[in-house]
Amino acid sequence: MPSKCLEMDTSVGFGVTYATDDTRSSLENPEPRTRARGIQLLSQVLLQCHSLLLEKEVVHLILFYENRLKDHHLVIPSVLQGLRALSLCVALPPGLAVSVLKAIFQEVHVQSLPQVDRHTVYSIITNFMRTREEELKGLGADFTFGFIQVMDGEKDPRNLLVAFRIVHDLISRDYSLGPFVEELFEVTSCYFPIDFTPPPNDPHGIQREDLILSLRAVLASTPRFAEFLLPLLIEKVDSEILSAKLDSLQTLNACCAVYGQKELKDFLPSLWASIRREVFQTASERVEAEGLAALNSLTACLSRSVLRADAEDLLDSFLSNILQDCRHHLCEPDMKLVWPSAKLLQAAAGASARACDHITSNVLPLLLEQFHKHTQSNQRRTILEMILGFLKLQQKWSYEDRDERPLSGFKDQLCSLVFMALTNPSTQLQLVGIRTLTVLGAQPDLLSPGDLELAVGHLYRLSFLEEDSLSCRVAALEASGILATLYPVAFSSHLVPKLAEELCIEESDLARGDGPTKCSRHLRCLQALSAISTHPSIVKETLPLLLQHLCHMNKGNTVAGTSEVIAVCQSLQQVAEKCQRDPESCWYFHQTAIPCLLALAVQASMPEKEHSVLKKVLLEDEVLAAMVSVIGTATTHLSPDLAAQSVAHIVPLFLDGNISFLPENSFPGRFQPFQDGSSGQRRLVALLMAFVCSLPRTVEIPQLNQLMRELLELSCCHSCPFSSTAAAKCFAGLLNKHPAGQQLDEFLQLAVDKVEAGLSSGPCRSQAFTLLLWVTKALVLRYHPLSSCLTDRLMGLLSDPELGPAAADGFSLLMSDCTDVLTRAGHAEVRIMFRQRFFTDNVPALVRGFHAAPQDVKPNYLKGLSHVLNKLPKPVLLPELPTLLSLLLEALSCPDSVVQLSTLSCLQPLLLEAPQVMSLHIDTLVTKFLNLSSSPSMAVRIAALQCMHALTRLPTPVLLPYKPQVIRALARPLDDKKRLVRKEAVSARGEWFLLGSPGS
Amino acid sequence: MVGGGGMGGGLLENANPLIYERSGERPVTAGEEDEQVPDSIDAREIFDLIRCINDPEHPLTLEELNVVEQVRVQVSDPESTVAVAFTPTIPHCSMATLIGLSIKVKLLRSLPQRFKMDVHITPGTHASEHAVNKQLADKERVAAALENTHLLEVVNQCLSARS
Repeated sequence: MPSKCLEMDTSVGFGVTYATDDTRSSLENPEPRTRARGIQLLSQVLLQCHSLLLEKEVVHLILFYENRLKDHHLVIPSVLQGLRALSLCVALPPGLAVSVLKAIFQEVHVQSLPQVDRHTVYSIITNFMRTREEELKGLGADFTFGFIQVMDGEKDPRNLLVAFRIVHDLISRDYSLGPFVEELFEVTSCYFPIDFTPPPNDPHGIQREDLILSLRAVLASTPRFAEFLLPLLIEKVDSEILSAKLDSLQTLNACCAVYGQKELKDFLPSLWASIRREVFQTASERVEAEGLAALNSLTACLSRSVLRADAEDLLDSFLSNILQDCRHHLCEPDMKLVWPSAKLLQAAAGASARACDHITSNVLPLLLEQFHKHTQSNQRRTILEMILGFLKLQQKWSYEDRDERPLSGFKDQLCSLVFMALTNPSTQLQLVGIRTLTVLGAQPDLLSPGDLELAVGHLYRLSFLEEDSLSCRVAALEASGILATLYPVAFSSHLVPKLAEELCIEESDLARGDGPTKCSRHLRCLQALSAISTHPSIVKETLPLLLQHLCHMNKGNTVAGTSEVIAVCQSLQQVAEKCQRDPESCWYFHQTAIPCLLALAVQASMPEKEHSVLKKVLLEDEVLAAMVSVIGTATTHLSPDLAAQSVAHIVPLFLDGNISFLPENSFPGRFQPFQDGSSGQRRLVALLMAFVCSLPRTVEIPQLNQLMRELLELSCCHSCPFSSTAAAKCFAGLLNKHPAGQQLDEFLQLAVDKVEAGLSSGPCRSQAFTLLLWVTKALVLRYHPLSSCLTDRLMGLLSDPELGPAAADGFSLLMSDCTDVLTRAGHAEVRIMFRQRFFTDNVPALVRGFHAAPQDVKPNYLKGLSHVLNKLPKPVLLPELPTLLSLLLEALSCPDSVVQLSTLSCLQPLLLEAPQVMSLHIDTLVTKFLNLSSSPSMAVRIAALQCMHALTRLPTPVLLPYKPQVIRALARPLDDKKRLVRKEAVSARGEWFLLGSPGS
Repeated sequence: MVGGGGMGGGLLENANPLIYERSGERPVTAGEEDEQVPDSIDAREIFDLIRCINDPEHPLTLEELNVVEQVRVQVSDPESTVAVAFTPTIPHCSMATLIGLSIKVKLLRSLPQRFKMDVHITPGTHASEHAVNKQLADKERVAAALENTHLLEVVNQCLSARS
């Protein structure tokens, strides 16, 4: 019957009166339970249809319900339900909300109701506060008082969250609190600090943190609570309970956002005493961190407050207190409380520019003096580190806001101290000195040109002349880079000339005997040049120097080693990287370096009877690879229109031998890499690849059709593997970026024809295979539909007697990231999930192929599979484990060390992440791993021992039977000839010893 | 203050020790990566074995407390000998035997059997130097000590990786 009534009412829209009439008999029943049922029915109807009620009906119902509040206590829950429905009515006439609330406050003793009904009362209040704010405010402080009585004694966390929300709204929406501020504080603060642990399997999902945050929002919402709250917070910070300390400090921190000097004034000494004690006696790092954060907010609050003309500025006296309590610790010879004191001072100084100035001007002279008093380098380092901390804080405040610069008075002392640190023999002190110098340099207009000259001199010495410390050299180079962006003139006038001079020194000019050799001096010089190329104006000096050095090596009659040329290229590449941020420098670099490099390379490739030594060097694989990376880095960040200018020169150079844009272009012969040019010329296709494969996708490449055909032709030319591979990569790189359409299909058809023709027989099988591999990769990366077809072709080659092993290794190439072509940085189309997709599409076929293959080619399938698995993100791999595990275990017996290594590196994370599954195979695993730990390959031995270590993550009862055997077996690798193997053996054996032993 | 490291509550003998810096990981050289070149066991390698041992009463390593230093490690790979001297933080440290035992056990577990090892207190740094050295040199006593569950537990805690 009730459900039927509900249905009718909501669907047909019958009047509520009808429902009331229908239930009248039960409403008038003398038995309270029956009345309660009647009212419950009516309330449920109202909850469904409150939006349809007319004003007249609402008035009628409200009067009825208010009256029912006086009824038997069994009836009350249903009455409250009805009132909640009515509180949602839009048609509620003015005045009734107040009347309902008054009736509830008067008639209902909320805290004796069950949790659900208390929640209903809070909902009624929340609803009215949302829609009838003005009316409720008309009640004045009575409303606040009424609510205080409602929530007084609330215990349920679900209700507390709502009640805290209501209190927060009372305060933030400016309801009248009247004389009840303290009562409101009491009724909420009695829960502080929150001590609540949600029951296990709590369906409501209320966390301790939720309650803490919502109570904190209430307590910290108004300065009017300050006089009650601050003593409470101090008391709780002083308590023994860690969570209470943390909560109090965090709440204090929150309060500082709304408090002012007036609220804090009387409590500052106690607050400071409590915070100081917590930081000095750090029991926990979290308490220390929260204490420091609270001190920072307190200081910020005092700094921010607007003062009345007659009031005293509390900030000064507060800071003076802090200084007084901390400064003597800074001066104590044993330096025990030095760090806590420094942290406190820095927390306060970090709050505002004023605080920072006040503290810095007091502390710096003291620390400077201490530095000179202490003579041990580790004490000096500690002091310098503190100074560094204070200097760093200065950077937080910009100079426009300040009248004076507190550091300017100490500048000379600071500089001399830093220079003293930089000349100290202790590396640690030098390192801090370098960091301090960087921070000093970052202060605008602090260092004079004289200081800078000295600083540059020190950095030169540290990055160039000092022999022993690598970390110092790296730090000095990094600092030079940072300071060079700020003071390009100082570096170009004091450092660049020195380095330039250094580059010209030949071996013969150096004194024999001690001192670094020419090679290592040049190397450092090159590193320094690239490190300081952080400002466009410096690049304009360093880049010509580097290029000139390269040309000079070409012309000189000394023997230029491969490694030296590569070092220059690496420096060039680093400069190019630094230029990428600035479009103008980027174009400058591109325009200057690329023609020069191409000219040198073209010159070197000219058929000539007497090659200079360097000419041959320039055509070596490693050197060309280094040049490829320079050209790539200098191209990727070009804007499309500038790139288009460049491509219009470079493509004709290679296709037509148009050398007009090269700086030195009087060559003895023609440059025709694609026609019948010498093999040296063909090698330079690698440089073309570096350029065209790094261009933005929108740049149109002139003569593309011809270029692609030439590349394809060269890729299957069998005379020189380097150039045919470069051509194949270049072709693939262009293919990957080419928009889908007829032209792409044509290129693909050409490629497939070429591959098939080459693979069928003849001398070019391996070239055709390389082409297939790169084209497949280009298509796999962009999810091209043809990629699956090509992958199948590749998989077919796994059983090819000649190309099988190469095909297996090809899977590694397909799955890994290249550095020169097909990179995201070079604007290639690389879909992020291509590895996962490749895995799902091809692994089943690989597994099938493995089972079907004849014994002698099985290892190829295993190897291919290992490569795919190895490159796959481990989380993707884990769910596939059960199907692949047997294969992997079989792969452990494969004699190929690549398969072994990749299988071990697959199994190692699985041991850590899926120990239960792996436990089933413990016997096989122990045996195989121990066997492999004496493999001839060091990498396999290391991986096997890492797996032995990972095995200890399996459940101990599974392992214990093997413990004596394993410990005996692992004694052997302890005496391995390689240290890296011994290291793994030591850690694995150590863990096995601990298994099942007490104390582990 | 600093929590006890397994010796159960009570006051620490040296509650506020000076803390020294940890040396970083040993950088891997090209020679170490070359399959063919044998790397002999040197002082740094031995030091790397023992520097991460936890102190029995502080949450710090022996290296951080300067109990062990690389200069106090003597090793000869061809002669298969190792000598390690350790320096207790205070001359009356009652943990000296335990620290020595931990070092000894770590070396026993980590070095090839051919090595003859000698673990002793840096001369002149401990009140009962000779007694401790004698105990540590006595194979049977070391073996007996490791039969003692409680001692083994503490030693294992010292040798466990720091979490």
